[in-house]
Amino acid sequence: MSSHSTAENYQGPPHVHHMDAPTAYSAAKLGMWLFLATEILLFGGLFAAFALFRWMYLEAFEHASQQLAWGWGALNTLVLLFSSFTAAMAVEAAQKGNNQRVFRLLAITIGCGFIFLIIKFIEYRAKYVHGIWPSSAEWNDPQFNAHYKSFFGLYFCMTGLHALHVILGMGLLAWALRKARVNRYSKEYYTPVEVGALYWHLVDLIWIYLFPLLYLVGHPSWHTPFGH
Amino acid sequence: MSDTQHNTQGDYLHNPSGLWSWVTTTDHKRIGLMYLFTILLFFFVAGISALIMRTELAHAGPDFLKAQQYNVLFTLHGALMIFLFIVPGIPATLGNFLIPLMIGAKDVAFPRLNLLSYYIYVIGAIIAVIAVIPPVETLSFLKSLGFTGPADTGWTFYAPYSLDTGAAIPWMVFAAFVLGFSSILTGLNFIVTIHKLRAPGMTWDRLPVFIWGSYATAVIQTLATPVVGITLLLVIMERLMGVGIFDAKLGGDPVLYEHMFWFYSHPVVYIMVLPAFGIVGEIIPVFSRKPLFGYKMVCYASLAIAIVGFFVWAHHMFVAGISDFSAIAFSVITFGVAVPTAVKVFNWVSTMYKGSISFTTPMLYAMGFVFLFMVAGTTGIFLATLAVDVFYHDTYFVVAHFHYTIQGGAVIGLMAGLHFWFPKITGKMYNELAGKIGWVLVFAGFNLTFIPQFILGMEGMPRRYFDYLPQFQPMHMLSTVGSFINGFGYTFALLNLFYAAMFSKVKAPANPWNSLSLEWKTASPPITENFAETPIVTEGTYNYGRPVEGLAH
Ligand SMILES: [Cu+2]
Repeated sequence: MSSHSTAENYQGPPHVHHMDAPTAYSAAKLGMWLFLATEILLFGGLFAAFALFRWMYLEAFEHASQQLAWGWGALNTLVLLFSSFTAAMAVEAAQKGNNQRVFRLLAITIGCGFIFLIIKFIEYRAKYVHGIWPSSAEWNDPQFNAHYKSFFGLYFCMTGLHALHVILGMGLLAWALRKARVNRYSKEYYTPVEVGALYWHLVDLIWIYLFPLLYLVGHPSWHTPFGH
Repeated sequence: MSDTQHNTQGDYLHNPSGLWSWVTTTDHKRIGLMYLFTILLFFFVAGISALIMRTELAHAGPDFLKAQQYNVLFTLHGALMIFLFIVPGIPATLGNFLIPLMIGAKDVAFPRLNLLSYYIYVIGAIIAVIAVIPPVETLSFLKSLGFTGPADTGWTFYAPYSLDTGAAIPWMVFAAFVLGFSSILTGLNFIVTIHKLRAPGMTWDRLPVFIWGSYATAVIQTLATPVVGITLLLVIMERLMGVGIFDAKLGGDPVLYEHMFWFYSHPVVYIMVLPAFGIVGEIIPVFSRKPLFGYKMVCYASLAIAIVGFFVWAHHMFVAGISDFSAIAFSVITFGVAVPTAVKVFNWVSTMYKGSISFTTPMLYAMGFVFLFMVAGTTGIFLATLAVDVFYHDTYFVVAHFHYTIQGGAVIGLMAGLHFWFPKITGKMYNELAGKIGWVLVFAGFNLTFIPQFILGMEGMPRRYFDYLPQFQPMHMLSTVGSFINGFGYTFALLNLFYAAMFSKVKAPANPWNSLSLEWKTASPPITENFAETPIVTEGTYNYGRPVEGLAH
């Protein structure tokens, strides 16, 4: 809305032509919660498929799971947990109108997102080098266990889709961060930080389920946390 | 945004003016109209493809189509009708137009998201259309982009067909994913709108039943669509990368595909039909001049259908190799859906009982709806019955049942709504006689098309077949004749409306039907801001035939 240029340093919520500010705030929050529900159901399909295949091909799944580097996974869990913490702190700072602090905390959160993606890339690369990669020569070899294709297929789909959500979440937080730079947040208006953080918590939450399901399901070898 | 610059008290069709103001509009009424024109375009294309199929099927033996062309045509018909026409059919058109008006709001909660969902729909539609174009020499670059030929799997994209066929399934499926995303955004927007933007005094137990129907629909759109979204993405991954999810060759499970597909695609029939229930619930009291019988039951029944509808999906899979236990469980729950549906039918009929009924075109469509939907529901019970379904599954019986639900339900409901709200949307009146003639053609043609298909199914005619045994000839011929009358009826009825919108000189008053709900209390067509002042609601919507104070007729 570009119509709020009446007062140069207006600090309240932006004017929305068809509802008042408290309604706009609660509408945005409800909208985000509903969107989170759709995201959970989106991943729900993958979790359902994983549950089914793990139950049907337990042995193959356990064995395939041991190929994953649980140490990287655990490290990424810590990274995301920490970033969820900084995101929550950013909301509190925004509610107090401390824009500088919001800026710093969101920057750290987004930085954690980058670290997460880098670690994920290292893992993917290791799999790629070992030929565990859809449509590689090894993968298409008839000798390759078909149930491994289910496990690693789901592994790549689940973590890939999750990584995409990490990137989306970083974009959302960057949008919220830009408003902190121009001191937009105050006691009356902090919606972008709040909905951005909500989304980020979901990204974190999904990973918290993905990590044990994928990495710890098959009695991982504790001596080689970062793979062979 | 220019909301503050133009005349917000002028009518929405002309304020602001110019093509650019339309394509960039965030006005829910305009977005509803843009959706309406787009979906009707696809209704036309998919309808033509049905008529081509019916022409081929008029005689036994191959006539002018090849078997593969027939496969492509029924896929095109199903996919376009479902994903492009009837899923957005009522929610995105009349829902968009009416929800804010009926609850006394100025717009939906997220107007820009609303426009975005329209353009996402358009993108999905374009991909779908390219994916069904047969390969042509001049467009050979499309082939290198993966458009390897029109989809031929049926609209269900069952694995392993969808994984083995050479057709452009990944693109087609991606189009369905994009369209689903648009549907999610629409549903989400409506839920928030109905929760947060009701006018003062518009409590939940005063909401029009169309709002309740739209609300239940939006819940399904929001919660079921993501599941089919991920399913379709997995099909793409499997086709392109060879991950093993649905293909038994790769370690996957085709029955899992059916589970995940029907988890959405059963509830999706309620996305199509619940808003139609709402429309009929608005029309019948107005033209019976009686309060809606059992208002609360009608509202709760919508929610009950939406919720129970999430737990019946495997009735599509009784012969797909699921366990006896789950077959029995899904059969019983499916019977359960019949209860709230029957409650609704009883309520509509009781509303008409001893009413002073005027047989206007919208009322005729609404009454036609009640009859056709009763047939649809009753034959649905046959299909929910395990022993019977083994025989009827994959016969024309299912085809006829499905068309009674979706055409007899959703499309007839849409037609009823288009006629009923036409004066509000356009500010003009349509020709009543022509409207009635259109209704007769649609109703007669529809029954003539699909009653023979019930009989064909009972005699064992399998669905999706390009050819048939000579004994099925007479019924197929009848069905083809009916389908042309049906198609002509829709063309006639819609052209009547279109003609009136463009050329009619008869201006509609604000409230031509003497309805009591809010959308009729503003001008026809409504002003851009919907209401000059936010209305304050002091009573329920259906106090017809009762002395009411302070009502401007
Ligand atoms: Cu069903």
